[in-house]
Amino acid sequence: MTEVNYHRITLDGLWHNNQALVALLGLCPLMAVTNSTINGLTLGLATTAVLLMSNLSVSTIRHWVRAEIRLPVFVLLIASFVTATELVMNAWFHELYKILGIFVPLIVTNCTIIGRAEAFASRNPVPAAVTDALAMGLGFTAVLTLLGALRELIGQGTLLSGAHLLFGEAARAWEFSAGNDFQGLLLAILPPGAFIGLGLLIALKNVIDKGLGARARKAEPSHCQTAPVVPSRS
Amino acid sequence: MDARLPTAFRSALIAAAVLGLFAVLGSLLVGFSYQATAERIQQNEREMLLAQLNAILPENEYDNDLLRDTLDVSAPRALGAERTQVYLARRNGKPVAMILSPVIARGYSGDIALTLGIRIDGSLAGVRVLSHKETPGLGDKIEVERSDWILGFAGRRLGDPPESRWKVKRDGGAFDQFTGATITPRGVVRAIRQALLWYRDQGHQLLETEAIEEPHHD
Repeated sequence: MTEVNYHRITLDGLWHNNQALVALLGLCPLMAVTNSTINGLTLGLATTAVLLMSNLSVSTIRHWVRAEIRLPVFVLLIASFVTATELVMNAWFHELYKILGIFVPLIVTNCTIIGRAEAFASRNPVPAAVTDALAMGLGFTAVLTLLGALRELIGQGTLLSGAHLLFGEAARAWEFSAGNDFQGLLLAILPPGAFIGLGLLIALKNVIDKGLGARARKAEPSHCQTAPVVPSRS
Repeated sequence: MDARLPTAFRSALIAAAVLGLFAVLGSLLVGFSYQATAERIQQNEREMLLAQLNAILPENEYDNDLLRDTLDVSAPRALGAERTQVYLARRNGKPVAMILSPVIARGYSGDIALTLGIRIDGSLAGVRVLSHKETPGLGDKIEVERSDWILGFAGRRLGDPPESRWKVKRDGGAFDQFTGATITPRGVVRAIRQALLWYRDQGHQLLETEAIEEPHHD
């Protein structure tokens, strides 16, 4: 077996093959819940938790689930994990659960999860699969949070509003507000704001990559990127 | 005769067994999570509902179990909803107020569900929006989180302002509309007025309903 390159897996998840910015998977929740920082962060963390459980179990069973029933088994596992996550959120983060609404159960349709199960976890040992889940999940969470922060700041003039719902009462003080005079740019909160914001983030990433690429080309000749693997998307 | 099953059949059987095993495992996980969370979730739902009701009618104004002392009414013409839950608030066994939920208003983009508290004298204890689909930034100022507008109904009644002025200012009434959104507040004011009329004509009778006996619930 070849040496597992954790560094590479991590970088892929967070940056080179970022599920939101490069693979463009999971756009439905990405667009829908990123109207505030905390909403984005919460759904990102919930997705990461499911991804972690799914990659871990898929990698564990990869030798004795035959190819023909592989996908149904993955789907079964993922659906169970999502339902369990949903119940836990409903019990311990009730208000956030109410705010995120349908998008918690809809984690099950996030192609990132079945995509990583199929493309990575089913072919790699457990430690690598767990690393991949964490990297992919956190990469996705980062984009959700960033987009949420941008939209909240521009559209509403606040940051981290509702932080106490996730972090407890002490977090109430974290909320930043630009003041009551700030009317906000409505567009940012509306659905088009999500598309425009995501587009800008993707553009930003490409600009950075280009800059990095130009610098790297001077040092070493080739620069390879992993391609997105999953064909279908939600 | 060959005692062994054909290979294809055997292989399908094993696949089915493995799939079945995972179905059982998945169900066990879900079942276990449900067991572990059900009580807490139910408690959360109750607390959330009670918090909503207490936002309208302060806790210290009644002493009965609001969530249990309820009636189910159907007055779709007046209250907009097929069924409306009526929570009866009593103090020392005497009725003091009722909370109606939902009362449906017609908004700019669909129904607006309101919760509405009416004191025994016919004045509004308060109004809150349960759910709506109004435009963010314009119509959503009916939410108490976004604007104080909805708080302005507390203490109002038919007569204050006069019945004919239970409208938004643009229609010659007494209530503000929002910049860029008239239809939303118009719908809300109208629904509240309808509910107050219903209370005056029939609803107040419900307050005479006997208090529910202390239930033998465990």
